[in-house]
Amino acid sequence: MRPSPSWLLQLAVTLLTAAFLIIPALQSILAGFTSNYFRGLSSGLTLKWLGEVWDLYAHSIFLSLWLAAACLFFTLVIGVPAAYALARNPGRLSRVLEEFISLPLAVPGLALALALLQLYGSMSGFRTSWAFILVGHVLYTLPFMVRAVLAVLLAMDLKTLEEGAATLGAAPWTRFRTVVVPNALPGILAGALTVVTLSIGEFNLTWMLHTPYLKTLPVGLADSYASMRLEIASAYTLVFFVMIVPLLVAMQWASDRARRITQ
Amino acid sequence: MTLIIKNASKTFADGTHALRPTSLTVGPGEILSLLGPSGCGKTTLLRIIAGLERPDPGGEIRFGNEDVTRLAVERRNVGMVFQSYALFPNMSVRGNVAYGLKVRKVSKAEQTRRVDEVLALCHLTDYANRPVTVLSGGQRQRVALARAVAPRPRILLLDEPLSALDAALRDSLRDELAAMLRQFQITAVFVTHDQVEAMSIADRVAVMSKGTLQQIGKPEELYRNPASPFVARFVGNAMPMMGQREPGRLILKGGELTLPNDAQPGQAFVRAENIHLDPEGALRGTIETVSFSVGHYRLGIRDVTDDILIATHPGRQAPRPGDTVRLRIAADDLLFLVDKNGQTT
Ligand SMILES: Nc1ncnc2c1ncn2[C@@H]1O[C@H](COP(=O)(O)OP(=O)(O)O)[C@@H](O)[C@H]1O
Ligand SMILES: [Mg+2]
Repeated sequence: MRPSPSWLLQLAVTLLTAAFLIIPALQSILAGFTSNYFRGLSSGLTLKWLGEVWDLYAHSIFLSLWLAAACLFFTLVIGVPAAYALARNPGRLSRVLEEFISLPLAVPGLALALALLQLYGSMSGFRTSWAFILVGHVLYTLPFMVRAVLAVLLAMDLKTLEEGAATLGAAPWTRFRTVVVPNALPGILAGALTVVTLSIGEFNLTWMLHTPYLKTLPVGLADSYASMRLEIASAYTLVFFVMIVPLLVAMQWASDRARRITQ
Repeated sequence: MTLIIKNASKTFADGTHALRPTSLTVGPGEILSLLGPSGCGKTTLLRIIAGLERPDPGGEIRFGNEDVTRLAVERRNVGMVFQSYALFPNMSVRGNVAYGLKVRKVSKAEQTRRVDEVLALCHLTDYANRPVTVLSGGQRQRVALARAVAPRPRILLLDEPLSALDAALRDSLRDELAAMLRQFQITAVFVTHDQVEAMSIADRVAVMSKGTLQQIGKPEELYRNPASPFVARFVGNAMPMMGQREPGRLILKGGELTLPNDAQPGQAFVRAENIHLDPEGALRGTIETVSFSVGHYRLGIRDVTDDILIATHPGRQAPRPGDTVRLRIAADDLLFLVDKNGQTT
């Protein structure tokens, strides 16, 4: 059977669209490996630019990883108990608090950064430390953690499960540790991956808060675009993708899994 | 362990009087059933015993000589089977059953020994390593029971443990549960709204209505000597015989019944199994409905008294709707009851 003209047309459109999206990316990646972009591939392939990125921006990579880890730590320590408290006390006050925690979702990162600068800008020791950026990241990512955990907690009969554990002799902390947390794990995992991905990829807020000595991965990317030769910027893009894409995929997977559990 | 409840009542924050002051004692190893319609306060009383709910001031709960009224749930050492079972979905059958022992820091070897023993008693040995999420309703119910008894609780509490199962399974599990409870020899309080369940599992039954204890006694006692119209209706489905009471007789729409000389005052009640079809019978009525149910006919008969009377008829042949029949009711089978609480239902 010969393919019909309409089928061929659809295929062509699909391929063109894909090419439209992928070719610039491929070109950019290739540029990162080309000795001289303006002379094209004929100038030869090299890993030199990747090495340069490493020399110039390794600290950005490490700062971002460190910030993400610290941010994850704080969102876990604050977010999981907060979600638990909200789930255990369904009432008007809880709904108000939930909205309040979610406020950073609606406020643009820039406005959040401005507020932080106005509030703490004069405390120069704090203002110039990585902890300042961390505060921004925690504020920005906390709602995602709380929401992800809360959704899973609300989907199970938390009260009765805990009462069951209590009649079996478990004190409140033991119940939290052995019943609440293990059953909330899919939500915690989804929240954790979201927090790490957002923290590593966050630009708006971080760009406002950063100092020349504290460039995170995306801020470094902008910096390389603005001030380095094209090959280095391209190589940097590659590094950025390699770090963020697996996280995005994992986050998607974990969120889908958590959503299946809550249904 | 003896369970003593003194003057326990519960008023919820919204003002609901879920339980009026109630006192009762359950002897060591005894199985007591709390029987009553939905919303009468059974679960509330059970939760007060467990420590999941605090009684109003003045109430007291004792386990033997120990006053546990102010003791937290986790220190009371009670076993509870929840209506929804509340199994831990993150653990296997074995994990669920071992939980109470683990939390109490029982040694590993002892844990294994006790869990194996309880799993065997509850016919769960083959399922020990399955996740609880893949079990059937009946299996879950047994896991809930095994989990509750594994730590050797002082009192075992069961909240409608069979109500989440479908009817066929419920019948077969009822006797199995009764047998298992006897084996454990733990003082147990068993909540149900099903009279058959209460009668067949419990040593004594406490009938509740609207937050008050109506009567407590052996199943036969409740059936033969109900203390109030409510108990008579709820246990054994007694039906009122509305009519005019005169010395020595009861005049009904469908005829006259001679009463014994010592008949008590009060409303006359009769049960379906005590109404017999008899051509010589003193009463007359008209068949309204006929249905066949396991081994006998159920006849709905009108015009004997105000409401339709139900009679069970064991014969091979049944009259047909519209037929006029004569009925015999032995005077001894009539119950005369006075409503003390002003309740008629
Ligand atoms: N937490 C609560 N707050 C307010 N009212 C309640 C609460 N729990 C139960 N009730 C009310 O108390 C009454 C008795 O409830 P319950 O003990 O659950 O009855 P049962 O188990 O016999 O069906 C019902 O009217 C119920 O609505
Ligand atoms: Mg109940």
